[in-house]
Amino acid sequence: MTNPTLPDGVERREIDGETRLATRGEPVYGEPTADGWRAWDPRRSKLGGMLELGLDTGLAGGETVLYLGAASGTTVSHVADFAGPTYAVEFAPRPVRDLLDAAGPRNRLFPLLKDARKPQTYAHIVESDVDVIVQDVATRGQATVAVRNAQFLADDGRLLLAVKARSEDVTAAPDDVFGEALDRLRDAYDVLETRRLDRFHEDHLGVVATPK
Amino acid sequence: MSNDAAGAGWFETVPPDDLDAARDAIETGDADGPADWPARAVDAGFARDESAYYDALHEATIHATRESVEERERADDQQLIHSVRAMDDCERTANELAERAAEWAGSLFDGVEPGIEGAREVAEREPTGEIEERAISLAARAVDVAGERDAIAGTIERVAPAVAPNLAEMAGAELAARLIALAGGLESLAKKPSGTVQVLGAEDALFAHLSGRAPSPKHGIIYTHEYVRGTRPEDRGSAARALAGKLTLAARADHYAGERRETLHDDLRERMATIRGRADAPDGGVDGGEESARSGDGDEPEESR
Repeated sequence: MTNPTLPDGVERREIDGETRLATRGEPVYGEPTADGWRAWDPRRSKLGGMLELGLDTGLAGGETVLYLGAASGTTVSHVADFAGPTYAVEFAPRPVRDLLDAAGPRNRLFPLLKDARKPQTYAHIVESDVDVIVQDVATRGQATVAVRNAQFLADDGRLLLAVKARSEDVTAAPDDVFGEALDRLRDAYDVLETRRLDRFHEDHLGVVATPK
Repeated sequence: MSNDAAGAGWFETVPPDDLDAARDAIETGDADGPADWPARAVDAGFARDESAYYDALHEATIHATRESVEERERADDQQLIHSVRAMDDCERTANELAERAAEWAGSLFDGVEPGIEGAREVAEREPTGEIEERAISLAARAVDVAGERDAIAGTIERVAPAVAPNLAEMAGAELAARLIALAGGLESLAKKPSGTVQVLGAEDALFAHLSGRAPSPKHGIIYTHEYVRGTRPEDRGSAARALAGKLTLAARADHYAGERRETLHDDLRERMATIRGRADAPDGGVDGGEESARSGDGDEPEESR
């Protein structure tokens, strides 16, 4: 509430005696709750980490979101709590079981068992001009995934990307990996802000970008 | 980016409230690019308004995704084995047929290229007469079989992560399926020692070695993995041994626990970083013995295999 970068629907609430990021919705993964607000753990969520560190995500609340790499729905459940229509793409069947549980009570969260590297397999479902793409995929070529999915993003939309260095190349220094990823990203985006997420996620870079 | 050239939305062939048709459209459909689907759905009369469209989309995606997950989880290692064997048969047969078709068509037309691409060009010709019809038809069959091979490869990509999540993540879907096929099943793969996994697919070389005619093979099918192939030759034995060790653990985690184990993947990445780091060492990293004695992850000296 004192932090201007928090979107509507995300607040710092007193939960279990600690002030924590929180959204309002059905609990999903056994997170602590208070008065209907669910604690959003920045250690379990790259986007939560980006908000906690004060990156200017441009999120205001109510956006249409394409979430790539939704996994079991930990982060995307919080996103769906404060955003508008939210498309959640995840390729691995097992985590999607949990994602389905998170999506059940959230009627604007749309789970899709699809490969984020192949946007043509879900372009007939995900609408054009979404306001935000959130990406957290742990495969090689994370920047390429973002570039391929740029077609979904509105001209003034935001890409909120967490690059995991170890997924790209374990032998290179993370800074080199991040440099290469940002170069690739610039094929389709203007990078607005980057920040290491190490306080919550080791060897991850948070990136805020907008389409060229 | 919204334009009419994007293709058809998932809802366009789906009768309202037909969840199974919706599932089929969501799962198998595609489009070149996105469009303003909510507006198009309202225009097409699929939904009363945007809100009704999103309600329908929610119901349809939940249903489609739940059914797809269940179907993939029902698929087991034996289906994966059939798939990978059928894929290899299709590839071999397609190449053979394409070669025969190209040879035949080359006697009838000018400029016939060999291979599947050549067959594809031949298949598009208009025959004039019975002989040409047969040659062109044969080329079309070759193209069909090649297409089936690609379709099976796509199925393996989707099914392998459900059957063996850790193995598929570590090895890639195709190599995971091949390892399971070579071992005869996920359970038997999980029960093999890592030294066996390391040389799966190199049986000829292994038996040549056992009868004293050759050095021991450093790797079998896992050679196709980037960690082995992309490592300099003098470190490939170490890389293959490290990879085989973790693949064995991944197969065991998949068979006995069925849950993703992040630490397995991190451990392998670290180990590979160390092995590849030798190439950058000032002495060329020739002496890996001391380092491997410290690492304690089953990385014993190469000669012991």
